[in-house]
Amino acid sequence: MPGAIYAEGLVKTFGDVRALDGVDLDVPEGTVLGLLGPNGAGKTTAVRCLTTLLTPDSGRATVAGIDVLKHPNEVRRSIGLSGQFAAVDEYLTGRENLQMVGQLYQMKAKEAKARAGELLDRFHLADAADRPSKTYSGGMRRRLDLAAALVVSPPVMFMDEPTTGLDPRNRQGLWEVIQELVAGGTTLLLTTQYLEEADHLAHDICVVDHGRVIARGTSDQLKARTGGERVEVVVHDRERIATASEVLRGFGKGEVAVAEHTRKLTVPVTGGAKLLAEVIRELDARGIEIDDIGLRRPTLDDVFISLTGHAAELADEGNGADTEADTELRPGHGARSQHSPAAGSRRSPGAESQRSPGAEPQRKKEADK
Amino acid sequence: MSTATDTALKAGPRPAGGIRQSVRDSLVVAKRNLIRMIRIPEVVLFGLIQPVMFVILFTYVFGGSIQVGGSISSQDYRNFLMAGIFAQTVTFATAGAGAGIADDMHKGLIDRFRSLPMARGAVLTGRTIADLAQTALTLIVLAGVALLLGWRTHENFGKILAGFGLLLLLGYAFSWIGALIGLSVRTPEAATSGGLIWLFPLTFISNAFVDSNKLPTFFRHIAEWNPFSTTVQACRELFGNLPPGFQTPDAWPMRHPVLASVIWSVVILLIFRTLAVRKYRSAAA
Ligand SMILES: Nc1ncnc2c1ncn2[C@@H]1O[C@H](COP(=O)(O)OP(=O)(O)OP(=O)(O)O)[C@@H](O)[C@H]1O
Ligand SMILES: [Mg+2]
Repeated sequence: MPGAIYAEGLVKTFGDVRALDGVDLDVPEGTVLGLLGPNGAGKTTAVRCLTTLLTPDSGRATVAGIDVLKHPNEVRRSIGLSGQFAAVDEYLTGRENLQMVGQLYQMKAKEAKARAGELLDRFHLADAADRPSKTYSGGMRRRLDLAAALVVSPPVMFMDEPTTGLDPRNRQGLWEVIQELVAGGTTLLLTTQYLEEADHLAHDICVVDHGRVIARGTSDQLKARTGGERVEVVVHDRERIATASEVLRGFGKGEVAVAEHTRKLTVPVTGGAKLLAEVIRELDARGIEIDDIGLRRPTLDDVFISLTGHAAELADEGNGADTEADTELRPGHGARSQHSPAAGSRRSPGAESQRSPGAEPQRKKEADK
Repeated sequence: MSTATDTALKAGPRPAGGIRQSVRDSLVVAKRNLIRMIRIPEVVLFGLIQPVMFVILFTYVFGGSIQVGGSISSQDYRNFLMAGIFAQTVTFATAGAGAGIADDMHKGLIDRFRSLPMARGAVLTGRTIADLAQTALTLIVLAGVALLLGWRTHENFGKILAGFGLLLLLGYAFSWIGALIGLSVRTPEAATSGGLIWLFPLTFISNAFVDSNKLPTFFRHIAEWNPFSTTVQACRELFGNLPPGFQTPDAWPMRHPVLASVIWSVVILLIFRTLAVRKYRSAAA
């Protein structure tokens, strides 16, 4: 039986551009599919085809078991959509916007009103509920749009870059909302530029580029493709690089990569935290002072870059406050995805927000190569 | 969360369909557009100022020099003119409908609507109903100004209301032309100018401001078959505003203006509503 969202050979061209070039998708009921891809990959086009806004040139698709091309109106009854750009009426208040959407989902006026109130609370918009949404900040408008997508708790949801432009607290809040929805049986297709987000929320990940799916699998499977764990050391003294390199060679399972400029050495290893402790002891024994050391497993960032040949471009540069070291030194980083994502694996909000994905570490990693 | 989900589940999408849903959805969208009008009163205000300016310009600048029927009295011209100005006002509302719809397309709001299980024509019907309400308001104010300037009717109240009914019907039919234009262009600005350009020949090659009998033959024929002229003529009859010595032209619509006006408006409405709704459904914003 095909999943709650199913597509086969979707093709959509705009003039010369093949925005979708034969996309197949299959999202089992109650799971989250993360659609990743660089700008212009075709993510939004795929969402628009599946939500009846665009007619594909060829291919077929079903949502909640209903044929998208044959019965678009039945499909609309089963989906909620939050598009890439907030679609709210700026002269209506937040409350009026949600009420209108509720009524257009065929709720009674009273029900729509009650539901609007609940959603406004839930998305921390109660204070601004009765102001025209024109006066909202970008993130507030974004949240209003997401609330509009959730008005009827439809069985299938589509969210096109839902957390772009949200601050860490609201991003965390939205993740929780999404996890609750999925725990309640909702199926979600989510596009994102934040690999962190896909890692955290999605059961399965599809990487698209140039309108094609170039890789798919769980986050762990994709990471495994990119290689195993490695130890990274930043030595304090440039003179000691050679000695440190010698030490690492003894523990490593391959070549030691040395970046003279940043005094950073990297070596592939097996053996995890235990080995890391041994490396630290040995370096200490030889009197090599270190600034930083970490066990690093491939992140989705690495996967993304190795697959598409370029970094995910981040729409929201303002959030990238953390440093590379911060990410690497966190114990068990990378093991995150072993949590069953949507089953309510909740870590402390503080830890989450520190690790908000940022553009800065991304560039550094690239420069090091 | 629990309360939130409860209402949502209870309220879940119910089977929809039919005329009732169409009407309901259209009214929901109309309400939205009316709220917008109240929050952006400038638009309504400018919509009022323009026809008032026309009334003043035509009565005081051209008033004494235009001969209608056998009369050169400026009072007769004033009475004659008002139906023309009223009709012009309702047609100019077309541009507003077009710009509003183009604006929704532009802002991606149409995407939201198109992803909802709502009646197909409701977004457009809601918009045109709201515009109709605005047009009605404009007409009331304009009629008040016209009365202040000395406009007088010479028929019973029922006929006068019927005249305004025909004007609103014409305006409503034309707003669907505006809707089609709004859906066909890429920007709200283009919709505004595209919505206005064709209105100038339409309203000037007509009997709105002059006696069509006095036009050159070629233009006279166009003017007398112009749907716009038909409504103007019908209103003059219903208001008792035809000047003394006026010779009714031989063209059929001029001889049966009320019937012809209804036919024209209904035909325009049906054609352009069909085209606009079809365009809406296929539109890729
Ligand atoms: N309406 C359109 N007309 C012409 N070309 C389009 C249209 N919509 C999308 N495209 C093109 O199709 C390709 C895919 O676009 P799409 O918006 O699906 O990318 P995306 O993966 O969502 O990118 P982003 O991450 O920037 O949102 C792009 O090359 C884009 O220029
Ligand atoms: Mg996109």
